[in-house]
Amino acid sequence: MLRFVLTRVSLIIPTFLGVTLLAFLLVHLIPGDPIETMAGEHGIDPARHAQLRAEYGFDKPLLVQYGIYIGHVLRGDLGISAITHQRVTEEFFSLFPATVELTICAMLFAVLLGLPAGIIAAVRRNTIFDHGIMGISLTGYSMPIFWWGLLLILLFSGVLGWTPVSGRVDAAIFVDTHTGFLLIDSLLSDEDGAFRSAVSHLILPTIVLGTVPLAIIARMTRSAMLEVLGEDYIRTARAKGLSPVWVVCVHALRNALIPVITVIGLQMGSLFAGAILTETIFSWPGVGHWVVEAINRRDYPVLQGGVLMLGSVVMLVNLIVDLLYGVVNPRIRHTR
Amino acid sequence: MTAEVETVPVAVGAPPHPLVEFWHYFSQNKGALGGLLTILTLVLLAVFADVISPHSPILNHDDAFLKPPAWQEGGSWTYPLGTDPIGRDLLSRLIHGTRYSLFMGTVVVSLSLFAGTFLGLVAGFLRGVPEIAIMRLMDTLLTLPSLLLAIVIVAILGPGLINAVFAVAITTLPYYVRITRAAVITERAKDYVTASQVAGAGMFRLMFSTVLPNCMAPLIVQATLGFSTAILDAAALGFLGLGVQPPLPEWGTMLADSREFVLRAWWVVTFPGVAILVTVMAFNLLGDGLRDALDPKLKR
Repeated sequence: MLRFVLTRVSLIIPTFLGVTLLAFLLVHLIPGDPIETMAGEHGIDPARHAQLRAEYGFDKPLLVQYGIYIGHVLRGDLGISAITHQRVTEEFFSLFPATVELTICAMLFAVLLGLPAGIIAAVRRNTIFDHGIMGISLTGYSMPIFWWGLLLILLFSGVLGWTPVSGRVDAAIFVDTHTGFLLIDSLLSDEDGAFRSAVSHLILPTIVLGTVPLAIIARMTRSAMLEVLGEDYIRTARAKGLSPVWVVCVHALRNALIPVITVIGLQMGSLFAGAILTETIFSWPGVGHWVVEAINRRDYPVLQGGVLMLGSVVMLVNLIVDLLYGVVNPRIRHTR
Repeated sequence: MTAEVETVPVAVGAPPHPLVEFWHYFSQNKGALGGLLTILTLVLLAVFADVISPHSPILNHDDAFLKPPAWQEGGSWTYPLGTDPIGRDLLSRLIHGTRYSLFMGTVVVSLSLFAGTFLGLVAGFLRGVPEIAIMRLMDTLLTLPSLLLAIVIVAILGPGLINAVFAVAITTLPYYVRITRAAVITERAKDYVTASQVAGAGMFRLMFSTVLPNCMAPLIVQATLGFSTAILDAAALGFLGLGVQPPLPEWGTMLADSREFVLRAWWVVTFPGVAILVTVMAFNLLGDGLRDALDPKLKR
């Protein structure tokens, strides 16, 4: 097991270096002088320009600059925002809980609906349930989620007036930050209706972000279940007289879950990408929204740091999923 | 595994041509046929967009801001699907939009298919250092979520149609490299490749003429499904203002332009999304159908 963990962890190092190189090149490949770009239309006087060049280290050779950059990254220094003049890491960690909260809710939504839907489709194969669920699933994973978000706003906020359009909580409600997770913080706070408001703000973004993983999980569960249900041991269990529900939900599901867990793990990473679109639509104050804003404002330190941090988070999540998978499935642990 | 055993009349004479056999399996899949038909219709719409559209997709009509569709009160058949906030005919913009989506899908898939197959062949044949270098690079590209990577590339290159296409092509590249490499490694161990090598075939002949044709099936499927990813990601970039720039009628860009009117004019938000959804679904259906038809394991 230790060997398995060490192999997986060591595999991450070249990938991490690759991501730092990409983030580093991001600033250096942008056409034009980076300082003039950041200064904007107002221009900048030559003395200050030279001073800033030296300050940012742009006057050194590229390889040296990369070395310096890696040194800064390893010390946890990702620079200072060109707009707000706050540390990039500080901004990231103040916004990150909002993204995590949204991502976790979306994944729960996808798993809680996707698993049963896939099981029903497999058990009732080639019936109207199966075709219906698979049709919805096809629509789900073909869905442009930025449009799906707008449609839901149109229906639930516009026509029905049930949910708010944007943000995490009503502007009139002030919630003290303890954990950064608004669902927990609002429960702890004394404000009336804070929790209700937080939940109602969370519903639409959760559905939007969870739709694609939901569709993929339902599809994967169906095909894994179909494969397992044809096995001999299932026939044996049925022949023993076990109840059909017990056979499906205990005997079959346990083995069908292995590929499904892989898919869930893979989806965790792409959820962070989906969060970029979802947060933009709902003005959700998370890191995805922050990165898009950074592009629009040409705030390159934030963009660079944001890409590096998001990339690292995805790598970390994938690593954890890989390790957990090794715990769940001994066959994985003992290969290589 | 199957319970019933049928007596199948033994085929006499030559086996059917591979294409005939392929069509036999493919045409049994109603969804895939529907997808193919939809795609053909979209191609026709794109080719004849100038003839079919009732109006220009760019010119605005000063007398018709945010007109609702014809069947709703206040609408007229002059603008069958209504007009957008600055008075352009929505139907004409949607029809012209098929050009951008299909063009971007085609270029993205061709770029990543050719580059990916080549890199995959190199990695699978040369092994050693080139393989490690290529596969580590692909791992890095795969680590970043595709949309984030595309955003980074567009941030470097600047927004626009060509740059967006380039960005999306790079994000989909690793899939083709991985598929090709895996297929090449399996094929290379087979006797027919050794025979060809013994007969004196050179490296390039082995790569492109002996091994590659036998790796095509998964690549064709991936390329078809790649169309849907490409169209979705390109539209997402357009929506974020990083893809095709206004006033060009790209569907994602149209959605971005109409965002603030979501609560006032449902049609400007609804129709471009329907267009994206239908196109992406068609390619997904076709891709699934191709996979079933080309996978010998699934043939009954």
